Amino acid sequence: MYRYDEFDEHFVRERVAQFADQVSRRLDGSLTEDEFKPLRLKNGVYLQLHAYMLRIAVPYGTLNSRQLRRLALIGEKYDRGYGHFTTRQNLQFNWPKLRDIPEILGLLADVEMHCIQTSGNCIRNVTADHFAGVAQDEIEDPRPTAELIRQWSSAHPEFSYLPRKFKIAVTGAEADRAVIKAHDIGLRLRRHPDTHETCYEVSVGGGLGRTPMIGKVVRDYLPKKDLLAYLEAIMRVYNLEGRRDNKYKARVKILVHEIGAEEFARRVEAEFAQLDGPSINADPEEVARIAAYFAPPAYETLPAVSNTLEAAKASNPAFARWVEVNTAPHKVPGYTALTISLKPIGQAPGDASSEQMRVVADLAQRYSFDELRVTHAQNLVLPHVRQRDLFAIWQKLGEAGLAEANIGLVTDIIACPGLDYCALATARSIPIAQAIQQRFANEARQREIGPLGIKISGCINACGHHHVGHIGILGLEKRGIESYQITLGGDATENAAIGEILGPGLAAEDVPDAIERIVAVYLAERAEGESFIDNVRRIGLAPFKAAFQETTRAAA
Amino acid sequence: MAAAAKRVPLPAILLANDLLDGDVVFATAGAAGTLVWTRDPAQALVANDDAAADGLEAFAAAGLRGNTVVDAYLVDVAIEGGHPVPRHFRERFKTLGPSNRPDLGKQAGEGIASAPKG
Repeated sequence: MYRYDEFDEHFVRERVAQFADQVSRRLDGSLTEDEFKPLRLKNGVYLQLHAYMLRIAVPYGTLNSRQLRRLALIGEKYDRGYGHFTTRQNLQFNWPKLRDIPEILGLLADVEMHCIQTSGNCIRNVTADHFAGVAQDEIEDPRPTAELIRQWSSAHPEFSYLPRKFKIAVTGAEADRAVIKAHDIGLRLRRHPDTHETCYEVSVGGGLGRTPMIGKVVRDYLPKKDLLAYLEAIMRVYNLEGRRDNKYKARVKILVHEIGAEEFARRVEAEFAQLDGPSINADPEEVARIAAYFAPPAYETLPAVSNTLEAAKASNPAFARWVEVNTAPHKVPGYTALTISLKPIGQAPGDASSEQMRVVADLAQRYSFDELRVTHAQNLVLPHVRQRDLFAIWQKLGEAGLAEANIGLVTDIIACPGLDYCALATARSIPIAQAIQQRFANEARQREIGPLGIKISGCINACGHHHVGHIGILGLEKRGIESYQITLGGDATENAAIGEILGPGLAAEDVPDAIERIVAVYLAERAEGESFIDNVRRIGLAPFKAAFQETTRAAA
Repeated sequence: MAAAAKRVPLPAILLANDLLDGDVVFATAGAAGTLVWTRDPAQALVANDDAAADGLEAFAAAGLRGNTVVDAYLVDVAIEGGHPVPRHFRERFKTLGPSNRPDLGKQAGEGIASAPKG
């Protein structure tokens, strides 16, 4: 993992002191709320419905056990004993008091964490594949790239007042687990077919929100050494030409859409040609210094298949199911990447109590080289687990209520906090997720349905990624009640797609029935081995729309 | 001064967030005709006419100026069981707490002196 150098340490401490001063000036009246708001947002402090909210950056979703324990402590001491992991791989506390936030930021700085650029019109926390460094389908670890971008973009003077927020995601694998096509910039590490060098495929203009767009490729093979100069060229074109007159048209996706990807790429290339690349691109020594922090841990030489694991699976079907559903292949024989579900049936997706955080931190320290990850799907990952240790881990997780075997299944629902917490929300998300989870709680049925991603947002801003859910649910207000619009056919992977609306909005209590009918069409129509999303692609929306209309009629 | 936004239908209450704590607070009657902030929604002063609503708005402006509260605004209510209840579901949640966590927020008696702790 990356460790702060003296500069990083000084930078973060200085920011804590600045914010402490800003808070005291707010409290003594020297700063008005209008003056203070942009300052607090730059430090991750929002005002929500019931309280302030603090959003803590988890750079590219990577944490160590000490950091997670510190988050547990903050949750216990300054909040209500729990935190919420988000689709941006961050952590949010829902109840901090403004007076305590400078102290909380100090506690975070102690463990090399901060809330900088988790809000505001700047380059936000960079996200990455949660299986970075361990995935079997990986060409190169995306974390050194993500860390380089974090350093380059932190308090970058030219890009601190962009037309709108800006999100960058990186993957180094063939399968896209970082939703790069729904980001302002998506980077994919890939090999050049002729030179076999690793390059970046650069996509720009993806994003969800009220105008969902899939990112367009503007460069197929960008040499790695040119990354920062090329990013700078993109940012300059956006900063100059992105709209500032209308916040709903201010994201780079609108600019790319309005002038076209080709013209956007042409302007970026023209800017790139003019820039003094060598003065912007990172020094190769610095790149190597950063990369060294992400060297693989000291793996043992192990057989590819663990007899201990196989024996435990044979004697314990529940454990075997969990292993099958929650583990992913690892680069190194005998190891596995384990996803811990933060979606126990009936709980708020992504919430973890301080006690649960401590359990996971202990497991990471003991069994995963002290490392863990936060996924954009609001789960946690122990990336380097010996297969033979899985049974012991499963038992510990079970005691903490964290042994749900549902990764990628119908109950592994992404949901934003919605109107239970969020001041922007138009409807609740969490109770909808809970109701669907209850309806599909049966494990055997979930496995029979197979991979199915439901994503729920409580407003058009789409923090719950509903547009790219296989089934997406958007909560709106309609004539004074909460109403839920269902979309179908979205995809968050390398086959990224925006879902289409199935029909009129539904009342909350009708949503589980509608999902049930959609799933029934799939089960009736699927070919042998065909997944939900493949089935939707093959048979089209019509049969699902017809079934959906029955729900609407039944509800009328 | 900006043009006054259209006022919500009456009866209405005034709510805000406490600057220091972020907690939802309500304007209520204090001593000798003054207004003060309370954390208990049941204590919220109900404005039934424009004069009372003007009084709440003046109190909101003073609270914002005096840096005691943020995000203060009037909310239209119905009277249920003798207490004001916001007509809109968003504001109802604000007087209760997260619906998935009945153990938290005002619904659990947090910040409400007279309420039983649950």
